Amino acid sequence: MINKKVANAEEAIHDIQDGDTLMLGGFGLCGIPEKCIAALVRKGIKNLTCISNNAGVDVFGIGLMLQLKQVKKMISSYVGENAEFERQLLSGELDVELIPQGTLAFRCMAAGYGMPAIYTPAGIGTEVAIGKEVRNFNGKDYLLEKAFEANFSIVKAWKGDTAGNLIFKATSRNFNTVMAMAGKITIAEVEELVEPGELDPNQIHVPGIYVHRIFKGSDYEKRIEKKTTTV
Amino acid sequence: MLDKEAIAKRIAQEIQNNSYVNLGIGIPTLVANYIPNNINVCFQSENGLLGMGPFPKEIEVDPDLINAGKQTITMLPGAALFDSAMSFGMIHAQKIDLTILGAMEVSENGDIANWKIPGKMVKGMGGAMDLVASAKNIIVAMQHVNKAGESKLLPACTLPLTGIRCVKKIVTELAVLSILPEGGFKLLERAPGVSVETIKKATLGKLIIEGEIPEMAFD
Repeated sequence: MINKKVANAEEAIHDIQDGDTLMLGGFGLCGIPEKCIAALVRKGIKNLTCISNNAGVDVFGIGLMLQLKQVKKMISSYVGENAEFERQLLSGELDVELIPQGTLAFRCMAAGYGMPAIYTPAGIGTEVAIGKEVRNFNGKDYLLEKAFEANFSIVKAWKGDTAGNLIFKATSRNFNTVMAMAGKITIAEVEELVEPGELDPNQIHVPGIYVHRIFKGSDYEKRIEKKTTTV
Repeated sequence: MLDKEAIAKRIAQEIQNNSYVNLGIGIPTLVANYIPNNINVCFQSENGLLGMGPFPKEIEVDPDLINAGKQTITMLPGAALFDSAMSFGMIHAQKIDLTILGAMEVSENGDIANWKIPGKMVKGMGGAMDLVASAKNIIVAMQHVNKAGESKLLPACTLPLTGIRCVKKIVTELAVLSILPEGGFKLLERAPGVSVETIKKATLGKLIIEGEIPEMAFD
């Protein structure tokens, strides 16, 4: 098996440069690559374009990179509940492209499947459709949406092996699978890293061919955005 | 006049047996609390879960298991997990029977606006543009008027649109209304104690009133 293992987050992100386009997995704070984000913050690189469903919260996740003005442009579907993100968007400090969540997923998926574009009805008749090709199939209008092109994809998995195979837990799978498939270089951080043969091939969500670097993160914080309980 | 819980309770009556339902953030989330015992429903959360259960007990809280509103959640027996692409795949393939979501404005031809107030507030569309573009049935839960006292049921939306010609029914603190295929809000029910006159005053779009309008019935 081809060994994808690297030592840590610093080594995994060592060649990410100012101006790069990154995909970052996660939904809210669930399944975000928190070790790589911390390393990007420490490295201090700037002018990044980040493709991610959300931008974390003000004090965790991509929100940390926004605070330090490391991000030039965000491509996301939802800003709500992130005050700094909304402030930078409204003030024009940050270039933000808001796109439908399914379109975000499908544009990643298209990249991972080698398809140049997809058609979706999401956004028809709205400002999302401005300047895009519309085509009618069976009486319904669809927008042409192009596959993303990102230099790096950074994802977080539950378990992985050194061959790069990944398994996700619960709803932390979200965008992580399709983003893992979409990057020119894909970096995976995992809670548990094992040798090839220890994961059941039946259970693999992302085969290692899509993953270029993998490392085990430790002491995951896994912050919860809205802890809601019943008695 | 209904409070948010009562709006949710009234919407819960709309859910058909053996249906797949997606609930948006806000009042729609509360609908899950009022499903009648004889109704079998499977909730989809677009971040990748079918078979969403109630909020967890303190000891069951799992940061890896949340709903689309980012709240901690549980899974029911028979639940299934998937990624965001498959989630929106099943939405666009029209496997979801009913979508319930909030709105800032709805127009008399069924257009909906719920993601942005230019220059003031931007939430983002999240999954709403996908859901409204492909849902078989959409019910909107919202207040009849905004905080400034202006009607949210309009001849045409003034805010940036989320989707066009898609809303089928609206439940507000004052009324239940359907949107007719040819356009117009048809008044179906009044909230207990609310007069037709009050609903007329709160509705700027074309309101269609035929015969006696019954009060909403609650158990």
